[in-house]
Order: sequence, then structure tokens, then C-alpha cells
Amino acid sequence: MNDGSLAALVALGAFHGLNPAMGWLFAVARGLQERSRALVLQSLPAIAAGHAASVGAVAVLVALTRSVVATQAVAIGGGALLVGFGLWRLLSQRHFRWVGMRISLWQLAGWSFLMSSAHGAGLMLLPVLTSSGTAPAGHDHGLTASGNALSTGIFVTAVHTLAMFAVAGAIAVAVYELVGLAVLRRAWFNLDRLWAAALITAGTLTLVLSF
Amino acid sequence: MALWKPDPTFYASPRDAVSAPPEGLAYVAAFDRAAEKPDAIAVLDVDPGSATYGDVVGWTDLPNLGDELHHFGWNACSSALCPYAPHPHVERRYLIVPGLRSSRIYVIDTKDDPTSPKIVKTLEPDELAKRAGYSRPHTVHCGPEGLYVTALGGADGEDGPGGIALLDHTSFEVLGRWEVDRGPQYFAYDAWWHIAHDVLVTSEWGTPSMIEDGVVGELLLGRKYGHALHFWDLRKRRHVQTVDLGDEHQMALELRPAHDPTKQYGFVGVVVSVEDLSASVWLWHRDGDSWAATKVISIPAEPAAADDLPPVIAPFGAVPPLVTDIDLSVDDQWLYVSCWGTGELKRYDVSDPFHPVEAGSVRIGGIVDRTPHPAQPDLPLAGGPQMVEVSRDGKRVYVTNSLYGAWDDQFYPDGVGAWMAKLDSTADGFTFDERFFPHGDAFRGLRPHQTRLQGGDASSDSYCYP
Repeated sequence: MNDGSLAALVALGAFHGLNPAMGWLFAVARGLQERSRALVLQSLPAIAAGHAASVGAVAVLVALTRSVVATQAVAIGGGALLVGFGLWRLLSQRHFRWVGMRISLWQLAGWSFLMSSAHGAGLMLLPVLTSSGTAPAGHDHGLTASGNALSTGIFVTAVHTLAMFAVAGAIAVAVYELVGLAVLRRAWFNLDRLWAAALITAGTLTLVLSF
Repeated sequence: MALWKPDPTFYASPRDAVSAPPEGLAYVAAFDRAAEKPDAIAVLDVDPGSATYGDVVGWTDLPNLGDELHHFGWNACSSALCPYAPHPHVERRYLIVPGLRSSRIYVIDTKDDPTSPKIVKTLEPDELAKRAGYSRPHTVHCGPEGLYVTALGGADGEDGPGGIALLDHTSFEVLGRWEVDRGPQYFAYDAWWHIAHDVLVTSEWGTPSMIEDGVVGELLLGRKYGHALHFWDLRKRRHVQTVDLGDEHQMALELRPAHDPTKQYGFVGVVVSVEDLSASVWLWHRDGDSWAATKVISIPAEPAAADDLPPVIAPFGAVPPLVTDIDLSVDDQWLYVSCWGTGELKRYDVSDPFHPVEAGSVRIGGIVDRTPHPAQPDLPLAGGPQMVEVSRDGKRVYVTNSLYGAWDDQFYPDGVGAWMAKLDSTADGFTFDERFFPHGDAFRGLRPHQTRLQGGDASSDSYCYP
């Protein structure tokens, strides 16, 4: 893990945190319903946990497969998947819905997990995951490699989620306390196409870096 | 194509929506009772600064005959900002227009030429029947994951049950029947929700065989029309509770839940009590964990000579108020109540929903009175205030005079006519706008029913944020 990929992880985390559809808006809504800032703050860890689970699943999977399969194969397969997923997001008109307004923190975490997965949040980290650090050296097999891979996956997830959590949290509290909901009408930019473009870029990057 | 920023007609909260700019156009469903001319959407100029203020400035004729346009709704509204399924970048541009008699559903695009909207899609009756098992589509509401369309009848020859069909909010295809478990519910009419509490409410009129040829006296006196509210789990699509208003209270129709998403109460109008011909408005509210309804307004029948009454009510020697529509302002302060029989539009201050206070009333039309509009004091009017729509800022109230083809003919057998009026509603007064009175030939012989306002109105949008 070099400085560049660390910065990329943080930047992607911030990008995910920025998206109202990734959770901060839900936190604000729950707080407003009960007129309680505590509820805003309570919701954020649940949302972050769901996001982490979604991203972590991809990160750990990539890290683990990389330790047993050639990096290039993972990168090409993953990159192709990512470009395809990005195109689907770009063209798809479907809107994700799983819950209603009155939900427990567990359901909120579950919602966040599904929302992040449906948006391909974890996949977007692929270029960082497949290019970061050095592939395990030839003689480094078995448990050690898996152990390293696992800790890399966890580290990546933690850094990314922390950045997402910080940005989403800051926005949620600012909107709840200072800005007010009226800002949604002016500043809720359509991130769908930007998001899809980011997925496709990440996929292309993964493919390019793997050759 | 999705927008880059949220549709400017979407508001996160009812508090914000009250500050919306005034509407420039009104869309009114108009139908030909004889089914000899096509039904149409009439477009009215409602900008007081315009030279054609109060005129019908455009028409969208339908390609078929006998649809009987009735209620309709916008494809998208403020509920698109709800956080659990946000899609704020869809546009409010299509009117979803059901034919109550034909069971067709038209999708009409108002964007490119707002005064001459174009039909862009037609769902034939068999699509509603095949995919949802319903017919006679009625109310349309924009929800966060699709369009909810209530339907009065069953399909494939079945009279009922009526229920709700869900439409995809981008393709407008019928997705299917909404109910997973309908419990004892059989009659349908209106549906709306407490969207922030995952609660849906439905009301009851009757099945097609009970209404399409007019109100059936034996059924009414036998207390066979609907008289209950149904409460549902909006997420699980399951019936939760029936609240029976009592079988003397026949036909519980329009549902007007509080717009404030922290509140769980709403108003429903009952057309007639078979005990004394009075009409009533009920408040539904939480009672512990369950739901209850309390009668908060009762409007008595007015004595009349049998000679002045149409055959359907002549034996009773009184004219029933017939509350057929109600509407609640976006700030939840004012409730408007249409008395289609007596020809009166009442306004109540419902700041305390359990104790409405009458705060204004105007007379126009009516079975006996035939009160003229102040703009034309020598012209007696048939029909009465019926569909009532309130602007988002609450200052303007629009009302049309036709109820439902077959029923118009029973209660106004010498012709219901066609007119629309506008009232200015302020804290101090509730009066007719004498500059706004499209009537008679303005509607080309069609009967006007529901009004939808450009950008939304008090009975279109629901809000997830207080």
C-alpha cells in the first residue's frame, strides 16, 4: 500500500460519503422525524457499518483470490465486471427500494449494505485493490499469504469507510443543524451518471494497470 | 432524461412547499356523458396577470370515446425526495389519467407544450386486468417506488374486490397488484398514506355494478355501500386494521392525511347517513397502537319541498348535503368540504383536528337553490361544488361541478351543466374570484371533474421530512 493508493482510498471514501443515496440523507431524515440530533448521530455508524460490510466483502475477496490466483487474472476479470456494472448503472432506470421510513439500526445497516452493493461501492475500489502493494512473493504461500491478504482487505475497508463516515457525518450534521433541507433542492446534484462514469473509469483503470 | 438537479417542484417538507410560486396552469379532466365526443384534458389559464386568465387555453382530446375521465395525478412528486428510495432527478411532467369507465390509463406529457399536452402512452384495460386483476382505475398517487393506482373493480368479469395496482414510475407499465394480504377489504375508492410511518389508508365506495348505472336506492337504504377505513402496512403490503364508521354512514370517500410527516391523523368525508341524510367528516387518528375514527363534522340535510327534488330523493322531503370531496391545505390548517347536494363549499379551521371550527362558507349551484356565481348573478347553476383543489400556498381554491356521469343525471336530471370557480382564501376571508368563472360552452359540452395544478397541489404531494 503506497501513498498514492492510500489517497485514492480516502478520496473514494469521501466520494461515497458525499452521495445522499449512500446514507447521510437517511440519517438526517430520521433525526428530523424525531427532532433529535442524537438519532442522526446514532444512524451514522449503522450506515457506515453497512457500507463497510459491502466494501469489505469485495476487498477481502479480491485480496484472498489474489493470494492464490495470478493478479492479472483477477484484475482483468474484475475490471471487465466493473465496466459492465458501470454500464448497467448508466443505462438502468431502476431505483432501489428495500425498506420504508420506520426502521431499526440493524435494518438501517442492512439497507446501507444493499444500497452500497447495488451501487457497486466495493467494486469501485478494484483499481486500488489490484494494483496496491506488491503481490505476495513467489515463496510466500499458504496461511501467511492469506493472513496478509486478509489484513490488507480489512485495512483497505477501514481506511475507505473512515473517510466515507467522516464526510457523510459532517454533511449530515451540517444539514441537520445549519443548512436545512431547502439545500436539497439546490445542491442535490444528480450523481447517478457521475457514479456510473466513476465505475467505468475504475474498471478501465484496473484493466490498463493489469497489462 | 433525468435532471441534474432535483425537480424544482419537489419540496422536502410541507413547510417549504407552502412557499412554492403560484401555479400558472390548471389541468381539468372533462368527459362527455353521452360518449359521443372524446373526453379531454382541459388546460386553464390561472395566472391572474394573463390576458386569458380564467379561460380554457388548451385541450388534449383522447383518441377513444366513453373513457369517463375522473381523477388523475402527477407521475412524480415530492415523495421522490424520501431518503430510503430517493430519485429526486425524475421530472414532474406526466399526468397519469385513468378512464374510470373504460379502464384505460393514459400517460400525458405536459412538458414540451404545457397548454397542449401530448398523449405518450396508453395502457389498455387488459393490461390492468392481466397484470393486477383490477378494473375501473381511480385515484393516482406518486410513491417513492412507483405509482399507486386505486381501482374500484375486479377483472375478468369479477365485480370485486377493488384494490391498488402499482405502476412503474419510469415505464408506466403495470407492475401488478399491490396487496400481499388484503384481509377483509373488498370495496375500494381512495388511498393515501402516512408515508413517514409506513402506513397506507384506503376507503370504500362500491363495486362497478353498484355505481355505474347510478346510486341504487335499495343498496343505499340496505346500507350496502362502503362505510369503513382500512389501514395497511405500507412496507409489507398487508392489511392491519379495519375501522368501521357504522353502516348508516354510507360511502366513505376522499382521504386527506395530514401533510406533516410527524403526524398520524387525517380526514375522510362520508357522503350520506341513511338515518337523517346528513353528511359527515371523520378524523382518523392513533388510539394507542391501533387506529380509531371520530366524527368531527356533521352537516345536516336541508328541508325541501318534494316538488323541488329529483325522484331519487323526493320521498325524503329534504336535500342531503352529499359531501363528495374534501381537501386539506398543505399547512394542515384549512379543510374544504364540498356539499354537492346543497350547493355549498365550507371551510373549516382544523388547527385542532379534533375540533374543527367553521370559518367561511360560499353557496353555488345546489339541487334546490341553484345559486348563481357572483360574476353572473342572473344565471342559475346546476351541479354543486364537487372536486375541490387547493394551491400549494393555500391561497387559491378551485372547484368544479360534476360528480360522476350516472349520478349527475340522478341528482340534476335537468342537466348538471359545466362550471368551474375559484375562491380566494385568506385568514380573514373566503370569497369568489369574480374574474374566474369558465362555464357552459367553455367546456365544449364536457363535464369538468378533477383539477390538477401545474407544479403540484394540496392533494398531489406527500413529504418525508417535517
